[in-house]
Amino acid sequence: MTAFGDLVDAVIIGAGVVGCAMARRFSVEGASVVVLERAPDILSGASKANSAILHTGFDAPPGSVELQCMQSGYDEYMQIRESFNLPILETGAMVAAWDDSEEGRLPELLDQALLNGVADARLLGRAEVLAREPALGTHVRAALLVPREIIIDPWSAPLAYAMQAKALGARFQFNAGLLSARFDGDLWHLETPSGTLAARSVINSAGIQGDSVERMLLGEAQFEIRPRKGQFVVFDKAAAKHLRTILLPVPTARTKGVVLTRTIFGNLLVGPTAEEQEERERPDVTRPELDMLIAKAVELVPALAQAQVTAVYAGLRPASEEKHYRVHCLPEKGYFCAGGIRSTGLTAALGIARHVHGLWAQSRTAGGERFAAPPTFPLPNLAEHLPRDWQTPGHDGIVCHCEMVTGREIEAALGSPLPPGDFGGLRRRTRCAMGRCQGFNCLARLASLTEGRLSVPIAPEVDP
Amino acid sequence: MSAETYDVAIVGGGPAGLSAAIELKRRGVAKVALFERGTELGGIPRHCGHPPFGMREFGRILTGQAYARRLAGAAVAAGVTILAKYTVVHTGPDGLLTVASPAGIQTIQAARILIATGAREATRAQLLVPGVRPLGVMNTAALQAFVYQEGRIPFRRPVIVGSELVSLSAILTCRSHGIRPVAMVETEHEVQARPAFFALPRVLGVPVMTGAQVLAIEGSPRVTSVRLRLADGKETVLDCDGLIFSGRFIPEAALAEASALALDLGTGGPVIDQHGRSSDPNIFVVGNMIHPIETAGYCWAEGRRVARLIAAELANARNAEPDKTPGRRIIAGAGLKYVVPQRLTLEGRGTVPALNIRAIGAARGRLILSDGSGTVLRTQSVNTAPQKSIRFSLAGLNLAVDSSDLQLRLEPRP
Repeated sequence: MTAFGDLVDAVIIGAGVVGCAMARRFSVEGASVVVLERAPDILSGASKANSAILHTGFDAPPGSVELQCMQSGYDEYMQIRESFNLPILETGAMVAAWDDSEEGRLPELLDQALLNGVADARLLGRAEVLAREPALGTHVRAALLVPREIIIDPWSAPLAYAMQAKALGARFQFNAGLLSARFDGDLWHLETPSGTLAARSVINSAGIQGDSVERMLLGEAQFEIRPRKGQFVVFDKAAAKHLRTILLPVPTARTKGVVLTRTIFGNLLVGPTAEEQEERERPDVTRPELDMLIAKAVELVPALAQAQVTAVYAGLRPASEEKHYRVHCLPEKGYFCAGGIRSTGLTAALGIARHVHGLWAQSRTAGGERFAAPPTFPLPNLAEHLPRDWQTPGHDGIVCHCEMVTGREIEAALGSPLPPGDFGGLRRRTRCAMGRCQGFNCLARLASLTEGRLSVPIAPEVDP
Repeated sequence: MSAETYDVAIVGGGPAGLSAAIELKRRGVAKVALFERGTELGGIPRHCGHPPFGMREFGRILTGQAYARRLAGAAVAAGVTILAKYTVVHTGPDGLLTVASPAGIQTIQAARILIATGAREATRAQLLVPGVRPLGVMNTAALQAFVYQEGRIPFRRPVIVGSELVSLSAILTCRSHGIRPVAMVETEHEVQARPAFFALPRVLGVPVMTGAQVLAIEGSPRVTSVRLRLADGKETVLDCDGLIFSGRFIPEAALAEASALALDLGTGGPVIDQHGRSSDPNIFVVGNMIHPIETAGYCWAEGRRVARLIAAELANARNAEPDKTPGRRIIAGAGLKYVVPQRLTLEGRGTVPALNIRAIGAARGRLILSDGSGTVLRTQSVNTAPQKSIRFSLAGLNLAVDSSDLQLRLEPRP
């Protein structure tokens, strides 16, 4: 493993889904890598709050880097997923039209899908839509069906990327925000709270801070992050029976709009909102928007009027002043940027990593040797429709009853090569306290089970 | 492999499930199994290190913990088969249960099933409370598990949201562990438990703010403050290091849902008749899942009452056909949140207890019971605090004359 202070090929700034995929790609290609993450764990920014869909790119701008990265990311996910035991839920998606004007736009969406190579997309009439989804509001008019849009586990996937990178020698430095940076004409010298390191190149995947990191490195930034808040509501598992297919709205020029979808964990999810704001550090939920999302879900599927809410959350998506991805580089300075990944990052991450690594490799004459057969390992399955740990004997009892998380799973996560840094990280790795009671039953037990093992403890004090 | 068989399988080891188990054994039912998903018996009271518990059951005042231990000990002594760390993941039809334990998954067969899975407090998410999501936000039961079970102090200066009996329990729990609540906040315009009880926070110097809305929870990674809009419309920020969401109980009905029992929109729990029988004639339901929420003593008495009926039904004839009489519906009308039971079986055994009713908000006025033709059968005047349950007696009424739906409504005092 790379030791602190060693000269490394690439320092990756930010351990969101893009940073994790980047660490994996660079490591697989034989580069020495350090990942700097300011939070206590991976996936602590926008990557912890998405809609968990693997998109085909049917509605992406034709010919764009985004489309190319989404499609190569999708393909690579499907290639590697079995070796990491990463689940999929094959639901397909429907872009549903609810009035004349939306219905009128479906043919052009179909044309775009076909142009983007999504050859199995097709239009459904009202009767076909309702036959497929009987619980939909009866005012639905028609839909574009995109069969290969599927649901994945949004946290186990990037964790697998990061763990493979780590197994290949990449080093993850948490609570390590970049303090200053200097390029000496040959090497970068990066100052972090845990020391200074030297690198031949820097990869900026800092998400919501992508422009500030670029400014710190280069003195100026060629893009500007305009945070876009997305709020979500998660309905109880009992609600999931009302919908199978991912329900997408007809997109507007600015956003993909509010999605109603199952999650791989057995819930139903509605969101996100798209709220432009200046604030970068405070993804708060707000009452009018939560009410709006619930009303929207009930409008689409009336039976949800009786559904209980399990969780609400918000994320800040790193949109920029332009709609497209902000992927650029200064090869002479060894600087590479994957910025403005405002949406679709979960799908595109593996593709973005491949794309940026391609740019990086072009700029270099020599490099490490590619791993022909990088190590793989199965991640614990958290998907509701596949066998879970509690179904296998010897699990030491169930700790979280809502999500059926066992003591053995908690221990495995805490003892893994890339253990959680905080409670959120443990929740994303195991599902503990993510269910309908939100820790009513298990929070205190979890505080004891994680004692001394999270850099941010659940409850620091022991009763004297 | 043939399924293990029991006369009665009880799901949930709180006061209702334990008392039913003890009573079934006392009445001579041979094989009674109690499945508890946690590691220990006792239910919610085992989290309560304070009195008063046990007056009705043991004739003395105990802490919740002592009460839970005593009830669990009585179940063991009575010969109940206790299966802790066993999660019932599915029930019925025909008395089949799917059960998960550290040893694996197995199928159990029981002549009758009794579900007593209780209730939990509404979470911050369910209440759609705005703000960020730091550490230090929890329900009363989680706080009590921290201090009583795990010996941990999760915060020192929390704000308590809610003003039900359990909110006062939260204050007592805090004060016995050197935690000093900053305030008690109630979104409604009056406290939800009996007003006289609120001498307690006053004596302890905890301000009670009614009609106050939580505008935002702040802090990262832990709670640092909460922003409120007070009853007079002014905004204020309270510095605090935690929030306790107390009360607003919700039935723990996941198993009932998974088992496709008919649910009541008012309680959120299964529809039952006066004997506690659900829409599946082999499955009975007792405790706080059917009426969120009553005291441990109430649930204990209810468990005992339903157990007597089950024992009688099993004794009448081994494998007797359960009572499938359709019965008469009781509908919660204007002003009422719920009426329990939701159904009366007129030919059934046992007496009809008083209806258990909760109003939407405080109940001040007259309760009116009428039949399908609108004829008023009985009225009763009421004056109670918002979260206080109301009893409406049916004694002396001949309800077997027809099968039309009964309706109970609240006519507010002008």
